[in-house]
Amino acid sequence: MSTRLSTGGRLLNRGKAIEFTFNGKRLQGYEGDTLASALLANDQMLVGRSFKYRRPRGIVASGAEEPNALVNMGQGGSFEPNQRATTTELFHGLTCESQNHWPSLEFDVGVVNNSLSRFLPAGFYYKTFIQPRAAWKHVFEPIVRHSAGLGKAPKDRDVDTYEHFYAFVDVVVIGGGIAGLQAAKTAASGGAKVLLMEQTAHWGGRTPVDGGSIDGKPAADVIAELVNELKAMDNVTIRTRMMGAGVYDHGYVLGYERLTDHAPQSNGPRHRLWRIRAAQIITATGAIERPLSFAGNDIPGVMLASALRDYVVDYGVSTGDRTVVVTNNDDAYRTAISLKQAGLEVPVILDARAAGGGALADEARALGIRIENGKGIAKVKGGKRVTGVAICAQAGEGAVLEEIACDAVAMSGGWSPVVHLWSHCGGKLTWDDAQAHFRPDADRAPTNQTGDAFVVTAGAASGPLQLDAILKDATQAGLSVAETLGKPAKIDAALQGDAPSENALEPVWLMPQGANDKLRSKAWLDYQNDVKVSDVRLAAQEGYESVEHTKRYTTLGMATDQGKLSNINGLATLAGQLNAPIPKVGTTTFRPPYTPISMGAIAGEAKHSLFQPIRRTPIHAWHEAQNAYFEPVGQWRRPYCFPKTGESHGDAVSREINQTRNSLGLLDASTLGKLVVKGPDAGKFLDMLYTNMMSTLKVGKCRYGLMCNENGFLIDDGVVARIDEDTFLCHTTTGGAERIHGWMEDWLQCEWWDMQVYVANVTEQFAQIAVVGPNARKVLEKLGGMDVSAEALPFMEWRDGQIGGFDCRAYRISFSGELSYEIAVPASQGLAFWEALLEAGAEFGVMPYGTEALHVMRAEKGFIMIGDETDGTVIPQDLNMQWAISKKKEDFLGKRAQERPAMASPDRWKLVGFETLDKSVIPDGAYIAAPGDNANGQRNVQGRITSTYYSPTLDRGIAMGLVHNGPDRMGEVLAIQKVDGSEVQARIVDPVFYDKDGEKQNV
Amino acid sequence: MSNPVSALNGVSFNGAVTVHEQGLSGMITLRGDFADKAFVAAVKGVLGATVPAQRQVSTGEHARVLWMSPDEALCLVDHEKAEELTAKLADALKGTHALAVNVSDARAHFSVQGNDTRDALAKVMPVDFAQDVFGPGQVRRSRLAQVAAAVWFEDTDTAEIICFRSVSTYVFDVLCQCAQPNAAVGFHNQTVG
Repeated sequence: MSTRLSTGGRLLNRGKAIEFTFNGKRLQGYEGDTLASALLANDQMLVGRSFKYRRPRGIVASGAEEPNALVNMGQGGSFEPNQRATTTELFHGLTCESQNHWPSLEFDVGVVNNSLSRFLPAGFYYKTFIQPRAAWKHVFEPIVRHSAGLGKAPKDRDVDTYEHFYAFVDVVVIGGGIAGLQAAKTAASGGAKVLLMEQTAHWGGRTPVDGGSIDGKPAADVIAELVNELKAMDNVTIRTRMMGAGVYDHGYVLGYERLTDHAPQSNGPRHRLWRIRAAQIITATGAIERPLSFAGNDIPGVMLASALRDYVVDYGVSTGDRTVVVTNNDDAYRTAISLKQAGLEVPVILDARAAGGGALADEARALGIRIENGKGIAKVKGGKRVTGVAICAQAGEGAVLEEIACDAVAMSGGWSPVVHLWSHCGGKLTWDDAQAHFRPDADRAPTNQTGDAFVVTAGAASGPLQLDAILKDATQAGLSVAETLGKPAKIDAALQGDAPSENALEPVWLMPQGANDKLRSKAWLDYQNDVKVSDVRLAAQEGYESVEHTKRYTTLGMATDQGKLSNINGLATLAGQLNAPIPKVGTTTFRPPYTPISMGAIAGEAKHSLFQPIRRTPIHAWHEAQNAYFEPVGQWRRPYCFPKTGESHGDAVSREINQTRNSLGLLDASTLGKLVVKGPDAGKFLDMLYTNMMSTLKVGKCRYGLMCNENGFLIDDGVVARIDEDTFLCHTTTGGAERIHGWMEDWLQCEWWDMQVYVANVTEQFAQIAVVGPNARKVLEKLGGMDVSAEALPFMEWRDGQIGGFDCRAYRISFSGELSYEIAVPASQGLAFWEALLEAGAEFGVMPYGTEALHVMRAEKGFIMIGDETDGTVIPQDLNMQWAISKKKEDFLGKRAQERPAMASPDRWKLVGFETLDKSVIPDGAYIAAPGDNANGQRNVQGRITSTYYSPTLDRGIAMGLVHNGPDRMGEVLAIQKVDGSEVQARIVDPVFYDKDGEKQNV
Repeated sequence: MSNPVSALNGVSFNGAVTVHEQGLSGMITLRGDFADKAFVAAVKGVLGATVPAQRQVSTGEHARVLWMSPDEALCLVDHEKAEELTAKLADALKGTHALAVNVSDARAHFSVQGNDTRDALAKVMPVDFAQDVFGPGQVRRSRLAQVAAAVWFEDTDTAEIICFRSVSTYVFDVLCQCAQPNAAVGFHNQTVG
């Protein structure tokens, strides 16, 4: 059983006990514990069930590489699944549950899969669920969904806050172990700005546990000195609890800082995502120990040797009274020595190497530990925890030589450098035969925008695993980065490390090397996704030779741990089966983030009311006070209608239209785009942009224009006013202002750079109010000021002046078919002018109207709307707008495209109006079916509805639509599909339903 | 004519830093050839200011002139004088290819003040706020969370920000979020780290 030792635990504060809950059990740990160490201290060896076979699983590792100990943590708005116990600092009141268990952790129904595992091999899903097709949706998927998945999905809104932080430095150092500290100090010594981040709460990495001395002093003392030196430097920022999550192009680094995970009661943001630009990046990310592949290597109590040692030294936790150590290298002897020194039993060290270990082995032997060279584990005995091991010769096939009772197994298959961050942006790897691992190839580093290397590795992340070599490499990394930056390092001398020399490792990819199929099918590679040696071998036999294919077929390395423990063992197994050298097989791709980061950190401040910016006009607050019903138009919120108490939206729209058509209505048109286009070539420029002629427009006059893209399709429309000889003001649609501004700049900067034209977006400088209806002129005259008579300000002209004391520009333009003025005043006076109009208009029963009334009135007049009648595939000719296409101009954007055969075809659908015979309203977007089916067995269509409304003016449903040969079919009655499958009869009519001669607007 | 009002009517928030909407600010967008002597003379003559160099701010008798792009400057003037100065600029620039347009009401203007100003703004603006890189006399056009914004420093701890008027509420709310206490970063201001 695992338990807390009476002494030891360098990270613990035994003076402060902490209560927490696991699966409803109240447990106790100490300040300084991780959730994993606290669980082990409470003899909680079993922490979860495996993904596929529901096998009992325990803690394997002590850090970010942990595959098994994932928990559902917290409750309600603080709930989060898949939290790694090994990287979760214990806090008072922590509540968590194990995952993948049903109905309980101790008894799981799905464990039946375990005995059926020979029927659930690699690729099982692909092979089994392919036929019959229909069964996938109705039978297989629901079952697979129920049995799949790790943690539960959160149900409540996250109660925490998150933020981003943009930082710019010369050097980012990722990893605060001895190498990172030394590299940071060296790099910073010449004055470079350095940011050093460490993912845990502690500096020094493995060195304090692994021992050794530096410059004759204990390593722990040197670490403390380095930290203090770095803290004292103005040009250095150091952060713990901050993980380097990803390295991207242009020296972009994501840092994931966990501010309050260890103290959730405190105020402030939970996570901060650092978005860093660095000229140079040093990855001092250390190395991860590899498991050994032997039968039963997933039984709770089998752990990485380094992890077992960490739990003893860092947390004073014993995983078992009797621990068998199994290894192919010298480092694992440190575990045996640590255990022995802590008063625990090590019945045997099984060293797979025939020649055995070096100085550390001698030390272990001197402590009285039995060492068996050339031996390995045939299989681990036990179910929910280890009860013993069967020993065999590593060179054999697994014949049991001896059985030894134990309650823990410490395994070490060697160490692999953490190459993830080096690889994220294209750093290449090289196979190191001596240490049997992939390490960064310094000659093929990730390169930046100038083609130069911008990532350097330091310490174990480069490959060396001995203290002295690690220090030398780290110093060199710091020196080279400082040199690259032109801020050469100023350091006295490199630190000298001293640790026992080690014998060479011997690669062991399967234990014993000749293990039979039965043993192989219990030898786990990927704990989290339940992938065994036998699965990878099967994939190879079935022809999956590429490592990327094998990964996806077997799901090796595809779980949340992204194969931190399994990758190298998996591809070595694949290489063995393919009879190929390991470097030939290669690795899968390393992608950010290094370990999963929270969705909240990615969102940052962008949630709740800050999820997206909402644009408001100067009159917005008034609309809100009137309980306007808003609709989004781009990022604006515009009033759809202004319902009175108890009034339906439909009734409100009808009331607003009737009032406007009969007397006076006001529209907040401030959102319309307004672009000033000025320069000697402004007219020429606009002639190219609009389909019609703008250069001939007289000063003081307005002209409606259409804009197309190079492919001939309509992209915007609006009224252009000529302000003076050189200056035009172009109105765009509400959603088009920024897009068309960019469109203009694009052409001016990239294509027509020789044109003398400047554009400025003045959309928000003005509040623009449409004053509409037969009494529009009267209300303006009542306010007094400029002459707005038909003679002084005719239709489609504009004048500057004053109305009611407000400086303004008045346009005689109409989108409603009524007598209409659009008055632009400075935005700072928009609300005051609106209120002045309401007051003056009271005698005419003035009402504001919303976007829906605007739409209905324009549809009654047959005016098109960009986005309704157009959808990116519609040309002006489709809308019978040949009148707005100049025939005199040599060129304009879209002209040539509109001459293509498909555009000039008489078979294009064209705009017509519709009146339903029963006066009902046609559903929006309805299709108009034609007889027969097409080649795909779908019903033929001959057109579709683009706009459809109830017209209170005509008291009937009206619509516009695009129909094959539409204008030639006036009077024809078509059947139009409704949502419920039935049809409605509608007659093709002229799209201008109201005041065809324009008598009402032109008074 | 009624009293003109700014986007948020001078609203303030006190947190880790102070956020304040500055009220009405006169602003003139000026586009032209910065190398043209006539353009330089017009700016000098009307505003009393030089044409700013790249990412710089120049200060003159009637205006502070912010570099916006190789052919665009933003002139900060008294709100009451904006219309008049725009007309004067247009007049002085007659005959050259240039554009002067009053955009005072198209913008909102904020100040952010306090020791943590640089750290607070770095939460939402991808700008290098290091004092030795970005001090008074310089300006950056960038992004503030999801909207466009320009920022410059009046002094080391006082930033001025302008954005479009329509998003002034959003920008104020975002700045208030940045000004929340208990979220000090200690990067630019290492005393809190």
